[in-house]
Amino acid sequence: MSWLLALKAILMREALRFLGQKGRLVSALVRPLVWLFVFAAGFRAALGLSITPPYQTYITYEIYIVPGLVGMILLFNGMQSSLSLVYDREMGSMRLLLTAPLPRWWLLFCRLVAAALISVLQAYAFLVVAALYGIRFPPLGYVAALPAILLAAMMLAALGLFLSSMIRQLENFAGVMNFVIFPMFFLSSALYPLWKMAEASPRLRDLCQANPFTHAVELIRFALYGKGNLLALAVTAGAMLVFGALAVWGYDPARGLASRKA
Amino acid sequence: MNRILTALLLVALPLPVAAGEIWVTNEKDDSISVIDVDTLEVVRTIPTGERPRGITFSSDHSRAYICASDSDTVQVMDPATGEILHDLPSGEDPEQFVLAPDDRHLWIANENDAVTTVVDVESRKVVGQIDVGIEPEGMAVSPDGKIVITTSETTNMAHWIDTATNTIFANTLVDARPRYAEFTKGGAELWVSSEIGGTVTVFDVATQAETHKIRFAIPGVNDDLIQAVGIQFTPDGKTAFVALGPANHIAVVNAETYEVEDYILVGRRVWHMTFSPDGSQLFTTNGVSGDVTVIDVASRQPVKSIKVGRFPWGAATRP
Repeated sequence: MSWLLALKAILMREALRFLGQKGRLVSALVRPLVWLFVFAAGFRAALGLSITPPYQTYITYEIYIVPGLVGMILLFNGMQSSLSLVYDREMGSMRLLLTAPLPRWWLLFCRLVAAALISVLQAYAFLVVAALYGIRFPPLGYVAALPAILLAAMMLAALGLFLSSMIRQLENFAGVMNFVIFPMFFLSSALYPLWKMAEASPRLRDLCQANPFTHAVELIRFALYGKGNLLALAVTAGAMLVFGALAVWGYDPARGLASRKA
Repeated sequence: MNRILTALLLVALPLPVAAGEIWVTNEKDDSISVIDVDTLEVVRTIPTGERPRGITFSSDHSRAYICASDSDTVQVMDPATGEILHDLPSGEDPEQFVLAPDDRHLWIANENDAVTTVVDVESRKVVGQIDVGIEPEGMAVSPDGKIVITTSETTNMAHWIDTATNTIFANTLVDARPRYAEFTKGGAELWVSSEIGGTVTVFDVATQAETHKIRFAIPGVNDDLIQAVGIQFTPDGKTAFVALGPANHIAVVNAETYEVEDYILVGRRVWHMTFSPDGSQLFTTNGVSGDVTVIDVASRQPVKSIKVGRFPWGAATRP
């Protein structure tokens, strides 16, 4: 019972925090929309020369990039929740949370769910705007995409959680930006399909293939067309478990990195 | 009682019949790819003469006629077996042709000879040759069979031929390089596409006067690439689809207002089109990308692109 209470409390807190920051939803939407309206518009006719699953026919670049931009929202949100965790720890509220008489992994899991749900909300808000712009998916795809987006969001939030256990100070967040967000986003199938990467260099393609973010994007891409992608599902779920375990380890006062801080 | 009625209704409902086939000529592969409309997959590949382009069926679909351009002949095929039954004398380099509604006279454009040849498919003899402009290509016949049109690519004209006398009774100028002509369903209008001009010219058949000029513009696509070729009207005659060649798009034109309503992305260098037997799907031949894009006519959305042979060109429907 107290477990659920903790879940509810953490969800409420994150929801209130999200609602309190009115600019956050807007800014979370502006970033992918700029990419869609400005970046993708310039490449409208650039793609469409090769058909790769899940696509069955030629598509414009704007259609290709949408699942990648959904991934971008989840990625930035995962990192943002990591930022707010570091903030919480500096302010002391994290310590208060972690002293609750519940297993630490459960408390961290609750934070994870809260962060992921806010990500999902933003991802769907973006999909609605994209649909109004004329980029639509099969109606069933929007339903099928929900578990895929949720899983991808959990995976990226788990990564954020793990990173937050390693970051000592708020100022170091710029480092996260440079060394995590950018490589993860650009070295993935979010902006270009892997066959296009392979044209540039097979090694680049291999790097992208090894990036769990690529698989999160592909999972969402396939789901939006009502299709499954077992490899993407396995990698995304596996990465979530690994990052989650690392986060639990990182927050363990006996062994983790958090202990060295004090 | 209700349950019994429902059961009866279910039994009485006709089983879905085979939805037919789409036949596509592959210019570089010297073959025909046959696509099953139900599964949207290539089910047969049939060898033909050299460089097959124009393809059409007799009205009872018991014969397929294929322009084998580099073999300088029109081949007659049994569609059931894929066997070539015989060749028809066609004149040199036949590219497009049209079968008259009498099912007997085949009107063939001979690109290199500047003539249109009339062949009787029963006696297998040439029964007429009409001098037309340079590089004739597009062929159309009016629904009543009284008028045949030849468009000449270099002279930039549509030649109006009276089929009773086999003589040209009118010549009308169109934009550069007309490659395709099509009568509207009732036969009141003639639409001629111009590849270099990138336009479709609409004529009133009764007066042979130009009534409309349709132009195309696709955001992000250079005007030079917009090269209008194949034209197809929906069975209700209200909508026209125009293939725009290297622009890789099909234009959707309202045939009543002549307004371009939509552009649909297909494969590279789209040539010609044909409808599924029920008219719900449109199949486009994409020459450079070597595939056929299937378009859902109602939603105007591309559904799938099917790999066929190299340089698919002509398309015809077999129910």
